[in-house]
Amino acid sequence: MSLRVLRPGMLTTVQDRGRHRMQHLGIVPGGAMDPVAFELANALVGNLQGEAALEFTLLGPQLAFEETVLIALCGAEFDATLDGQRLPLDRPVLVQSGTRLAAGRARRGSRAYLAVAGGIAVEPVLGSRSTYLPAKFGGWQGRALRADDRLPLAPDCAVLSGARAGPLQLPGGGAVRSVPWSAPSLTLPEREFAVIHALEGRHFSGFDADAQRAFFDATWHVAPASDRMGFRLLGPALARASDDEILSEPTCLGTVQVPADGAPIALMADHQTTGGYPKIAEIAGADVSRLAQLAPGAALRFVRCTLAEAHALRRAARQRVESARRGIASKYQS
Amino acid sequence: MNPLRIEPLGDAALYAEFSRSLDLRVNEALQAVAAALRERAPVWVRDVVPSLGGLALHFDPEHAELPEAPLRAATDLLLECLKATARGRTAGREVEVPVCYDAEFGLDLGEVAAQTGLDAAEVVRRHAATEHRVLMVGFAPGQPYIGGLDPRLAVPRRATPRTRVPAGSIAIANAQSVVYPFEIAGGWSVLGRTPLRVFDPRREPPSLLLPGDRVRFAPISRQRFEALR
Repeated sequence: MSLRVLRPGMLTTVQDRGRHRMQHLGIVPGGAMDPVAFELANALVGNLQGEAALEFTLLGPQLAFEETVLIALCGAEFDATLDGQRLPLDRPVLVQSGTRLAAGRARRGSRAYLAVAGGIAVEPVLGSRSTYLPAKFGGWQGRALRADDRLPLAPDCAVLSGARAGPLQLPGGGAVRSVPWSAPSLTLPEREFAVIHALEGRHFSGFDADAQRAFFDATWHVAPASDRMGFRLLGPALARASDDEILSEPTCLGTVQVPADGAPIALMADHQTTGGYPKIAEIAGADVSRLAQLAPGAALRFVRCTLAEAHALRRAARQRVESARRGIASKYQS
Repeated sequence: MNPLRIEPLGDAALYAEFSRSLDLRVNEALQAVAAALRERAPVWVRDVVPSLGGLALHFDPEHAELPEAPLRAATDLLLECLKATARGRTAGREVEVPVCYDAEFGLDLGEVAAQTGLDAAEVVRRHAATEHRVLMVGFAPGQPYIGGLDPRLAVPRRATPRTRVPAGSIAIANAQSVVYPFEIAGGWSVLGRTPLRVFDPRREPPSLLLPGDRVRFAPISRQRFEALR
């Protein structure tokens, strides 16, 4: 039961919900950069336990299925094909054994999740199957996929796939069997610029007045040197009012820190657990998934929000995911 | 000990700041609070992260039992733990870390000797003589920031960081020591190397050193280093 990698794409890794409760050991949760798309991909193939999926980045992989399995590709809009036929996104697709998936480029967004019924069955490390690239552990051998890798799938993935595909009444035959409905895209970025809510950070008042204004007024661009650890943002340099040393302290997913060069870095899934740079802002948790979908060069603006607003945004985001999940679950029950 | 401030760290964590400069007694007290927090933490608290001058509480924002006002609830919990540990001291574990200070591993031993006006053997003696404490594990998995350096050994960071410091290297800067769990770039002065694995994801706990641990560096020979590897 395996999935063969023909071409790895730009950065394809195994990810799940991440490893938690170990930040005091310097171990960051990590996991899927866009947890919303990840959860929907899993829901679409009937996985309910946060099973591991593949995270594609900008240029997707080419894969060969050696089993007949139920899959879903969710998140960024990739030009994906199955044996040359267009692969419909955001929905369950039953793929016949021997079929080849070519994911192509992301036309909108930057990351997509390929979920397979039963999940990618790599061994968990510290309670998670997520790949943690900086320390080279987890996922598939602690690294991004390469050509000729054979990823283990759940031993019962073919049986699971058949059983789950049953109630979906997948029409037609051939290599691509899917449904006429799809899950909503909840995290794809707006066309012009993304609007990202952010709270003032702990050291906001330590920046000079121009920097405080510029952070929320400027249009920022995601720098090419952005990765799963952090997004570097291009825009006006942000200066501090004083250059007092800051004691290294805990950081969060979405912390925006500003090193001495004045160019902010938004900390993403694989960020370091502590840091000594001043924090100008903290991105609202509800908007981290949309930020993660921005490709290098994409534009964004920050909108100031309060803690209460950030919590409300989280609840609203959670409701959208739950509603999408219920919609998907109802298809499985019919 | 009362925090200077308790404030949100984004919408899923708070930070209680106890000191803005490095103070070993404050750090020791906050390790006790962190331990108490970990014991009492409700299910929606995910992480308790003690750092040099404060501690963070991370919540699970999706948890079904997360209170309406998590920041308020976490603050109350923190204040309760502060009271409970007002006079307490955490014992911390006692850990001996064997270090080979041979020139082959102690890349900057000569420079530190020159900067401090001590000879290399005295630098080693002083580094191994004091009881050190793990103030924080962070930045990278298992990377300890260790306080308790002999003040005579306080040297600033190197002007030019090394692009590659081997895993297991023990380095000092200002008032602290660090042990690098992986080969990384680093600007601290390297005194020696431990044969032990500082971080091993297959081990329980994966980190050799935990926050609050009391550490002694034990000088070992090159031969012993090989034997312990």
